[in-house]
Amino acid sequence: MSWTWFHRLASPPYVYAFAARLTPWFAWPAALCILGGLWGGLVLAPPDYQQGDGFRILYVHAPSAWMSLMVYTTMAIAAAVGLIWRIKVAHAVAASCAPIGASFTFAALVTGALWGEPMWGTYWEWDPRLTSELVLLFLYLGYMGLRAGIEDTQRADRASAVLAVVGVVNVPIIHYSVVWWNSLHQAPSVMRLAKPTMPPSMLVPLLLMLLGFTLYFVAVLLVRLRGEVLGRERTASWIREVVSA
Amino acid sequence: MSAGTSAAGTLPAAHAAGTAAPAAASAVAASALEAAWLALLRDVQLAFRRRAQLVQPLAFFALVTMLFPLAISPELTQLRAVAPGVLWVAELLASLLALEFLFRDDAHDGTLEQYALSGQSLTWLMFAKTAAHWLLTGVPLALMAPLAALSLGVPAAALPGILLAVIVGSVTLSLIGSIGAALTLGLKRSGALLSLLTVPLSLPVLIFGARATQLAINGAPLLAPLELLAALAVLAVTLAPLAASAAVRISLE
Repeated sequence: MSWTWFHRLASPPYVYAFAARLTPWFAWPAALCILGGLWGGLVLAPPDYQQGDGFRILYVHAPSAWMSLMVYTTMAIAAAVGLIWRIKVAHAVAASCAPIGASFTFAALVTGALWGEPMWGTYWEWDPRLTSELVLLFLYLGYMGLRAGIEDTQRADRASAVLAVVGVVNVPIIHYSVVWWNSLHQAPSVMRLAKPTMPPSMLVPLLLMLLGFTLYFVAVLLVRLRGEVLGRERTASWIREVVSA
Repeated sequence: MSAGTSAAGTLPAAHAAGTAAPAAASAVAASALEAAWLALLRDVQLAFRRRAQLVQPLAFFALVTMLFPLAISPELTQLRAVAPGVLWVAELLASLLALEFLFRDDAHDGTLEQYALSGQSLTWLMFAKTAAHWLLTGVPLALMAPLAALSLGVPAAALPGILLAVIVGSVTLSLIGSIGAALTLGLKRSGALLSLLTVPLSLPVLIFGARATQLAINGAPLLAPLELLAALAVLAVTLAPLAASAAVRISLE
């Protein structure tokens, strides 16, 4: 089996063109899934017997929270690949992931707070999930801050890659210590974000939204990656050909 | 490798004032452990020549502890209720402040580069540097913690437990801090960034440490959170020097 297709992924001009070709294949399915999921979740699904229509924010909150963790993992894997095999494109992927992941984390926090107001009677509850989500936001901000603080791109790549790997080792430890901390101070909250049983009319739109958010992430990642590659290779000769073409 | 032999001699001998150990080490290639031990001795000796630097984190710790009675209330019953939180927040902040001294001087005068080029395991040397830093700031801070606790109305019976928890927890704080300090090495205005990198990773120590302190104040057995603190310390001892040495190498590139 030939590995050339794989090796070409390390070449910036190839990745630049490849990402452009790949983007619509993720963007359109993402739009379809999200529109379908929203329609199913906001129109077709019945109101919850306890929470009424308030539960519908779940269709944005749960996928955002899921993506915030998935993007961090993706970022750490890309960073580790870049660190171990010294692949510049992998570092560019990691750098492109961070703002997307931070945005998903922020969205999860805001929707969680908005959900909390009708359910708990307060915008902010020190719930273990919301608290770990807040810590995750700080991990993203630290990663982006370190990257912004180092002027030399290569050094920024490698230093932030070490931080991402250290962070990914710590994320489960932080999460479980926060859960443990919370269980000491209050009884488990009445409302669970993931219901044990969900009728298909509620579950299917949620799964559609999860799939849609994942596809959306890949599409945005590809667009950001092209921007990142352009910025990094701005002195390379192939950029001139791309821009003049 | 001949570089290893010669570098082992020049490494700590430059500062270790004429003790017998560096002379012996220059005759034969020092093992990783010997080099680490010499680096640790060197850091301790240097620190005792700049005693003012050692006192600053302690003063800061006392200062932060003093803020709470002034901001909340002088009533000991109220202070006792918040004492675990106050102690651990002060401990975390003071250890953060002390991190500034961990690599700064060595990065300035090129010692870190010599370490990296010495042919010795940089991981062991980082471990030694962090161990010295912990001995010089972590242990004194931990010894301050019972005093601060007394001033917050904590019963004397709780003090041994608190001391134990702070000592075990400060190991992890120093090691996590060494990663942050290595990553921000040589950056301008790194103070805020260093805290942004280090504090989220230190949260488990804060949680378990404050829990152990609370249990000690209540007179309850505190073995469970202490064991968790110890587990975190073991994990940090095993992994943090690897990350710190990788970060130092990147910063020196």
